[in-house]
Amino acid sequence: MSEFGLGRSVPRFEDGRFLTGRGRYSDDINLPGQARAVFLRSPHANALLKSVDTSAARAAPGVVAVYTGADIRADGLGGLPAMGNLKRRGAPMYKPPRPALAQGQVRFVGDCVAMVIAETLTQARDAAEHIAVDYDPLPQVTGTAEAAAPGAVAVWPDCPDNICFEFEAGDEARVDRAFQTAAHVTSLDIVINRVSAAPLEPRAATGQYDATDERYTLYTGAQNPHTLRRILSQMILRIPETRLRVVSPDMGGAFGMRSETYGDLALVLWAARKVGRPVKWTGERMEGFVNDNQARDNVTRVELALDGEGNFLALKVETLAALGAYLSLGATTPPTLNVGGLSGVYTTPAVHVRVKGVFTNTPSTAPYRGAGRPEASYVIERVIDTAARELGIDPIDLRRRNFIPADAMPYDTKFVFEYDSGEFEKNQDSVQALIDWAGFEARRKESRERGRLRGIGLANTIARSAAMGDETAEIRFDPTGGVTLLMGTHSHGQGHETVFRQLLADKLGLDPETVRYVQGDTDQVAHGGGTFGTRSTGLGGGALVRAAEKIIEKGTAVAAHLLEAAGGDIEFREGRFRIKGTDRSVSLADVARATYTPGALPPGIEPAFGERAAFAPVRPSFPNGSHACEVEIDPETGTVTLLRYCAVDDAGTIMNPLLLDGQIHGGIVQGLGQVLMENIVWDPSGQPVAASFLDYAMPRADSAPFFELETNVVPTKANPLGVKGVGEAGTVGALPCLMNAIVDALAPLGVRTLDMPATPERVWRAIRAAAK
Amino acid sequence: MNKDVKISINGVAYEKSVPLRMLLVDFIRDEAGLTGTHIGCTYEGRCGTCTVQMDGEAVKSCMLLAVQADGREIATVEGLASNGRLHPLQEAFNEHHALQCGFCTPGILMNTEEFLKENPDPSEAEIRRSLVGNICRCTGYDHIIDAIQTAAKRLRQA
Repeated sequence: MSEFGLGRSVPRFEDGRFLTGRGRYSDDINLPGQARAVFLRSPHANALLKSVDTSAARAAPGVVAVYTGADIRADGLGGLPAMGNLKRRGAPMYKPPRPALAQGQVRFVGDCVAMVIAETLTQARDAAEHIAVDYDPLPQVTGTAEAAAPGAVAVWPDCPDNICFEFEAGDEARVDRAFQTAAHVTSLDIVINRVSAAPLEPRAATGQYDATDERYTLYTGAQNPHTLRRILSQMILRIPETRLRVVSPDMGGAFGMRSETYGDLALVLWAARKVGRPVKWTGERMEGFVNDNQARDNVTRVELALDGEGNFLALKVETLAALGAYLSLGATTPPTLNVGGLSGVYTTPAVHVRVKGVFTNTPSTAPYRGAGRPEASYVIERVIDTAARELGIDPIDLRRRNFIPADAMPYDTKFVFEYDSGEFEKNQDSVQALIDWAGFEARRKESRERGRLRGIGLANTIARSAAMGDETAEIRFDPTGGVTLLMGTHSHGQGHETVFRQLLADKLGLDPETVRYVQGDTDQVAHGGGTFGTRSTGLGGGALVRAAEKIIEKGTAVAAHLLEAAGGDIEFREGRFRIKGTDRSVSLADVARATYTPGALPPGIEPAFGERAAFAPVRPSFPNGSHACEVEIDPETGTVTLLRYCAVDDAGTIMNPLLLDGQIHGGIVQGLGQVLMENIVWDPSGQPVAASFLDYAMPRADSAPFFELETNVVPTKANPLGVKGVGEAGTVGALPCLMNAIVDALAPLGVRTLDMPATPERVWRAIRAAAK
Repeated sequence: MNKDVKISINGVAYEKSVPLRMLLVDFIRDEAGLTGTHIGCTYEGRCGTCTVQMDGEAVKSCMLLAVQADGREIATVEGLASNGRLHPLQEAFNEHHALQCGFCTPGILMNTEEFLKENPDPSEAEIRRSLVGNICRCTGYDHIIDAIQTAAKRLRQA
């Protein structure tokens, strides 16, 4: 194995451009002759648009064009689609129209009313101030439980109860029977707060139309550029897919949020053709807070039935999941696709879940790091802790009584998921040892002597990964032997440019520093699924392994000819084709050059050298782990301090331990943000209260201590590399683990539960309320 | 209304007539074309991605007007490496995987370069405090702390 091989902590090859200011993010792209666009957005959560007068704006200095809903309607621009084919009371789910510019009514603060295009950004901003909109405000509803209650304001007249869909999974009758025989039932009401992905780079997009080629080009940070191309061309612009190129450059974080066909993306393309020049839009942070997709926002009731020995008999979950005013592309994914995680790592024989998707006058919800996985993990791991406390059983022992044993793999949960591998009890044993669980009571006592409340919490995690679609990899050799690697995934921090080069070093002996890496350009990369749902190393890596195998296969035939040997006598090792048992060999580059040399190949071997391969998994894989942490709370102020955080993760085969740690760290801290501070809320008039970095608190460098991580590698057979993925493991663990520790600290005072975020005010109030 | 300014960025003088309301960050990005300095919170001074140095002091360039930098020396991330060699901070950030999407990185580097001049041997807590003006959404900060500790050690030994 080379120094760059798989499993090594290779520092990233892509870092150079980012460290020297040469990263190329969407807003760094400027095209000759471009005009600048800004969007006018609704200040009301629900209002009729009585009139939109753009005459003064159109006359303002530098203005190129001003467009409203009437203009896109006149041009037949298609609405923005949502996936999912769920039902409500037997009928299809309600899919409201979602135009890129509002048609007669706005339904959330941020709903897009008009587009202003001017010579400069300043002129466009100034002109937008001159648009006179006559709004007729209507009653609105932003709260999830409120919107689902009888008599609530209807976000859509055609969906009077605001219930977009009803979804269920599991055997309800079996669950009900189990509850009748239960020795104990623990119930818990849970609110999973709404958060914003808030990647540090605001979204931006530039649209271009080339009248010669009759083709559009979109430059924007997108996790799934090929999907974006398909939807924009087929459903919105209604042009052949060959007439659109999507280029997704460097991206300042995405976390699921940049997998949407946002209206602004369609509008910069449509407008570029209308005004005959490139149109660039750069989102502002506040715009991101009101217009970008948001996430989580569930109201859940969970009940766990146990027998007299603490064995789980059944789990019942009812969830209201906020969707926003319009459906995002992936609206149904978080509330329904990962409910299987409610099984956790336990043998619970019967599970049933019912989910109702609820419209509210808010931005759309969509997948965000975990997309239903952290929510499921939070529900099962919180109710287990609550049950343990009610029964006076140690929460660790209660989990131990119910583990799926390692020798039961593969294990069908009889609910949604079938797990292929994992050592759940060993994960928990390891994390307990890591955090010195046994010594905790002494530490709690020490904290108490200082007037502090100390708590310890643990959560076992499991999440489905690499489940959806397929992925493509292509290796191209040029006539000099130079190599270009083209991947359908999209790296925006994950480090694909490093791990996939490591994989090529491993499989083909190629020097990773000389391999050119291409992603995110639909004109260059033939096909791709993109990066989301912890899929890239499993699926992209699987595709790349196959592409490398095809290179060796063809290369063997070429080498046999060059070496005048039989194909069966050729072996490939460390970048060279060799006649077995001899020192006669040719390099991969020699083979590549020969394929481009006229007359060098025998008949039957195609000239040129390059292979493409795709991989679609037969089954998903299930990264799992056990996380534990300790917190200290100041009862006078309610401030929660995270003292230690330990995690043992089974991510399957590890490509690069350094990058693995980075993914886990980042995920834990995003989870910590949701548990301790992040919160998207509205005031009673429907105005967003946290719509800037002044109001939306996020973790900073002093929010957490160093993390202590270990791995427990159990490779999966679901893909050629055995990787399970790690992108979402941190959030899946951090949500329940941290809250379990916080409640553990407060439990001696009589606090039974707490909802996120555990801000000082909320903790302080909980302490005061318990004292009464 | 416009005003003529002469702003030196990484040793190169930019003489321009700029609107009074133009922010320094927009001057750096749009007038000088140096896009390594970023905009994350959109002019609220909260995210730190636009951090540069003015006459050697780390400042958030969205909190200053371009005219306030008239006659001053600005240093941005593009000037941090010298003679084709990365700065020890840049090297340590690579070794420790202290960046993921890379969007916050230039601001953190420019802030920390000044911080280590003032405090060459900082404790972990001091490093964490020095970074509260810079949000990183990807790394969870652990590797950033590691990298700064490594770079500080090397700079002390240099």
